[in-house]
Amino acid sequence: MTGRWERPAGTEVVYERPEALTDAVTHYCPGCTHGIAHRLVAEVIDELGVRERTVAIASVGCSVLAYNYFAVDAQQAAHGRAPAVATGIKRVRPDCVVFTYQGDGDLAAIGTAEIIHAAMRGEKITVIFINNAIFGMTGGQMAPTTLVGQTTTTTPGGRLPERIGYPIRICEMLAQLDGAAYVARQALSSPQNIARAKRSIRKAFEAQLGGHGLGIVELLSTCNVNWKMNPVDALKWLEANMIPVFPLGEFKDWSKAGEMAATFGGLGEVAG
Amino acid sequence: MGERQLMKGNEAVAEAAVRAGCRFFAGYPITPQNEIPEYLSWRLPEVGGAFVQAESELAAINMVYGAGGAGVRAMTSSSSPGVTLKQEGISYMAAAEVPGVIVNMVRGGPGLGGIQPAQSDYYQATRGGGHGDYRTIVFGPATIQEAVDVMARAFELADKYRTPVVVLGDGYIGQMMEPVSLPDFVDPAALPPKPWATTGARGRKPNVINSLYLDPEQCEKLNRKLQAKYQEITAAEQTAELSWPDSEYYVVAYGTTARICRAAVQEARAKGLSVGLVRPVTLWPFPVDTFAKILDRARAFLTVEMSLGQMVDDVRLAVDGRCPVYFYGRTGGMVPSVDEVAVEIEKMVEGGGRR
Amino acid sequence: MKGYVFFEEDRCKGCQLCIPVCTKGVIRLSNRINVRGYHPAEAANPEECTGCGLCARMCPDTVIRVYRQIPARAGSGKG
Repeated sequence: MTGRWERPAGTEVVYERPEALTDAVTHYCPGCTHGIAHRLVAEVIDELGVRERTVAIASVGCSVLAYNYFAVDAQQAAHGRAPAVATGIKRVRPDCVVFTYQGDGDLAAIGTAEIIHAAMRGEKITVIFINNAIFGMTGGQMAPTTLVGQTTTTTPGGRLPERIGYPIRICEMLAQLDGAAYVARQALSSPQNIARAKRSIRKAFEAQLGGHGLGIVELLSTCNVNWKMNPVDALKWLEANMIPVFPLGEFKDWSKAGEMAATFGGLGEVAG
Repeated sequence: MGERQLMKGNEAVAEAAVRAGCRFFAGYPITPQNEIPEYLSWRLPEVGGAFVQAESELAAINMVYGAGGAGVRAMTSSSSPGVTLKQEGISYMAAAEVPGVIVNMVRGGPGLGGIQPAQSDYYQATRGGGHGDYRTIVFGPATIQEAVDVMARAFELADKYRTPVVVLGDGYIGQMMEPVSLPDFVDPAALPPKPWATTGARGRKPNVINSLYLDPEQCEKLNRKLQAKYQEITAAEQTAELSWPDSEYYVVAYGTTARICRAAVQEARAKGLSVGLVRPVTLWPFPVDTFAKILDRARAFLTVEMSLGQMVDDVRLAVDGRCPVYFYGRTGGMVPSVDEVAVEIEKMVEGGGRR
Repeated sequence: MKGYVFFEEDRCKGCQLCIPVCTKGVIRLSNRINVRGYHPAEAANPEECTGCGLCARMCPDTVIRVYRQIPARAGSGKG
């Protein structure tokens, strides 16, 4: 908070736009939680003081223009490939703070190999995973995380498990990989959840800064336009329908002892 | 130049890359180029570089895009089916103007094909094998020494023009052993700075490496910029070897095939036939200037490839209808013999060509 | 605690996420239309603002800046 704006005499700043966000007004729909996620990442970058050595990787989805919104160096990656692009950058510029920002199509459909293997290798990168259970940018098709019974343009009668299976839970899968240092799922549905989300995002960056491994935060988000509801109702729908399927919490945390530190703790020792 | 040592092609190419300042490699195992990642897995850490065995060739090219965009000389290698997977990343690199080197030790195709050498990826390499209107510089070395020399030039041109460069070898070049002199080391720290790279926006405006242009006017502008660059490269970088330039008939071949053809041409000349050899070294830009030198006296061309006819299209374009262009090819891993080529040369000469 | 809240109206998309999180009922959607074609949020009862900042933390478009009176600290030695 640098006081780029005038504030009333005798006051202190409670909230101002983070430096790591540009002034650009985003193209996101009114009420889209992408804006909240961007803000939280930018706040964490500011608090950690790493803006000038951060490189963002924008993926393909509604957030494809993220490089216009984060005031940091950025590379735009092909659909799903952001963790691979991040790997290339971090390996040659280890002092840079490298993060990807990906949606549920990018990370959980076309990019599953890349995220799993970046986690397997323990790449010191941070992954922000926006899960809104739908493909937003392309007009509302099914995502791997679409809920059973949820109507999308490619599941017009609702997602039928016998035809197209069940939603995929990425965090639970990735937590099994020893190279994943921090794995958490939070929701952007209320100020309390947003505060928890910000703490998780910070830990995911700290996993990188401490050289512990890959940090990923899955952020349950809304797509009120493709869900066909208003923004306030969309947050309620998220809480009622998505959280039961995608439980919130930390699945892996290198800084905690015991089971949380390594889901299959000590697997590497077996071979030794 | 160092003293000559006997080296396997793949390893020589890998060492040449390190000496050319390459400090990042990502790749995936595929026959017949596995010695390249294997060699670099211990050699790159020795020079402070990074080696990653990626989960796929697709992931590998995207890692090269990242590393190249961050301003470091980066490379990947593969063979035909794996290079197909890389086309997405190469298109992105061309559009975003990110330098990088892609080595393809070509094998029989299409599909899973075979592991024996071929030259059937010429179109893919020279026509911009992914989507969109772009080209990559393409080298077709014929010997291991030439492959080694070409690596330094590949990294240099990639940086100079901010474009991906393809080095098209084949299974023979990858697997053979020949004496090579290795080049001197390029110090990456002494290379010209890359102010456009994503190194962290310290004290400057953020850099963005991007190929998204939603506004069609901007997208066209990018395309015209790329085309202007390609014209610059075409004017400056064509390379070919022209042997026996006073001949009436010419064989055109590149890579391993050119060595076979050279032997066949020498046999033909020993019999008194007026035959020369055009050996493109840059396949893109195709050395049209070399053809221009001989079109006045040439009566016919015979293109020989380890494919069923890809470079022959460029030969026909360069010859521009002035005289017949014949073709002979073997493919799927079959290699033409000197005798087979000699027969084709005689047929060409007997045909008399045309003025 | 006295809070001060400012809305950069031309950024606002009228999403209304800020309105229900304010426990003091400070915010409403205005009748004006901003340069983007939306009804922007505005502080209808700014005197009620306590500077809690929940509205700013909900806003996807960093429309809102929040300040609060610097609390007096007993025995701080400062004026």
